[in-house]
Amino acid sequence: MTSQLSTKRAWWRWRPDQQWEGYLFILPSFIGFFVFVILAVIFSLGISFSDWGLTGFKAWAGVENYQALFRDPVFWRALHNTGFYLITIVPSQLVLGLAMALALNQSLRGVGFYRLIYFMPVVTTIVAGAIVFRLLFSTHGPVNGLIEGVAGMFGASVQMPNWLGSTRHSKWAVVFLTLWKNTGFTMVIYLAALQGVAPELYDAAHTDGANAWQRFRHVTLPMVSPTTFFLFIFQAIGAFQLFTEPFVMTQGGPANSSLSVVQYIYLAAFRDIRMDKAAAMAWFLFLFIFIFTLIQNRMQRHWVYYETSD
Amino acid sequence: MAGNVSVSAGNALTGPDKVGRALLHTALIAGTVLMVAPFVVMLVVSLIPQEAFLSRNFSPAQYSLTNFVETFRVVPFGRYYFNSAVVSISVTVGQILISSLAAFAFSRLRFRGRDVLFLLYLATLMIPFPVTLIPNFLIIRELGWYDSYPALIVPGFFSVFSTFLLRQYYRGLPMELDEAARMDGASSLRIWWQIVVPLSGPVLAALSIFVFQAVWNDFLWPLVVTSSAEMRTIPVGLNSFVGQYSTAWGLLMAGSVIALLPVLLIYLLAQRWFVEGITLSGMGGR
Repeated sequence: MTSQLSTKRAWWRWRPDQQWEGYLFILPSFIGFFVFVILAVIFSLGISFSDWGLTGFKAWAGVENYQALFRDPVFWRALHNTGFYLITIVPSQLVLGLAMALALNQSLRGVGFYRLIYFMPVVTTIVAGAIVFRLLFSTHGPVNGLIEGVAGMFGASVQMPNWLGSTRHSKWAVVFLTLWKNTGFTMVIYLAALQGVAPELYDAAHTDGANAWQRFRHVTLPMVSPTTFFLFIFQAIGAFQLFTEPFVMTQGGPANSSLSVVQYIYLAAFRDIRMDKAAAMAWFLFLFIFIFTLIQNRMQRHWVYYETSD
Repeated sequence: MAGNVSVSAGNALTGPDKVGRALLHTALIAGTVLMVAPFVVMLVVSLIPQEAFLSRNFSPAQYSLTNFVETFRVVPFGRYYFNSAVVSISVTVGQILISSLAAFAFSRLRFRGRDVLFLLYLATLMIPFPVTLIPNFLIIRELGWYDSYPALIVPGFFSVFSTFLLRQYYRGLPMELDEAARMDGASSLRIWWQIVVPLSGPVLAALSIFVFQAVWNDFLWPLVVTSSAEMRTIPVGLNSFVGQYSTAWGLLMAGSVIALLPVLLIYLLAQRWFVEGITLSGMGGR
């Protein structure tokens, strides 16, 4: 009754349809969304199908830019390298991150300290990280020095590579930098997931006589599998778009051996001023990521366990 | 605190014995050494003058701040700092305000086309950054913003991700609050500012820290839209420094220390918020 009364009194201030207010609230966000996302996407697609260089639009080119990509050996090189980053970085990060999270999920002294340290690289400016790793992995740098020193103590002599100057090893230096930088992120996400596993499940498994490995295999792993799936997709998308690490550490070299696709996009657009080619690569990458995600999404029902679904 | 409680609760049963404990600590300390080593190398090398470094003389007697003095002399780090601070703070404040307004409308106002529009927003979350990089660069140049603060700041105001995250949170707040306020004659703007925003303090804090560190550390966009030293942010400035002094390790490390100091300091002071912000934002996306 009272509500009816107050509605009546305030009718001129309260517009129940909220039609215009809604649009007004969204307007600032929508202007940016329209210009920098919607317009940009259409624009980018247009560029990828045209002849677009230093002076801007010249002519429509059909699928010429895409066809040229497949004839470009450097593009294949970059694609190959990106695939390498994907299959090395993503699984190692998941395994390391889960291992770290499992260790920190124990009732141990100093857990907070370890977490503080492991997460530190995540907030580090990646350019600074890349600079240190350049020193760490230089020919006579600390990494080689340490390994040679330890080997020397056992009377062995090892030939350590010049990581950044070798076409075979440059990618590995990039992988190590990425792992150092990002594993802490994987760890905290896993830690949050582990803390959400109901203790009763472990109790029940224990009562059934499951040992530590069996509890991990049949309780922990299935319970965190949605997180594993999320992290897998998240890290894979990140690996597909790797840029700063190779850009600062190796400049993609030597001989394009560590060049990533996004780095090649950057070079095509801003060094060679071939916006059309760069846009075509970006769309190709998008398609690649999209199909990859779609396939993983289909495959998840075979290994991801959702508590709420039946 | 909360984390520690649940750690022990989750493992009251499986808590490791003495040997297990020792093994775990050994592994964790080894991990600590690996994680910290790059920072230690950075700091030590930054303190060693070039001549001593070349003769591999790492004794602490050599330590001095000459590299820092020299770095500040040859590189306008003061300017980089200033730019990074201006850009990071502006983007964080602007992005959260604009996203919050939109998220409020998407979650608590009823109007035609709302859900379709939101779906359109969500669909674009899939689009990788490189796709919009080139057109956005061209748009910025067309607007006459190339190599200026607006180029660094304005595109950062709009984030589908932040809008999505806040909308999820706002949806969880009871609608009765809005209805009661409307009965009392409050406008939507007032409901947003005096009810919804104050109730979302923790999520706003977490998101702010996430956005701030992401913008502070962002490299590709500022690299693309700046050309002069006056407009560089710290990561871009640091990178151009590498180009000029590729093997002057002392200077490079001093520059890296200078670049990292503010973020690491904030991280050490507000660790819990950092971890929470990044966890929350990392999980909210997908």
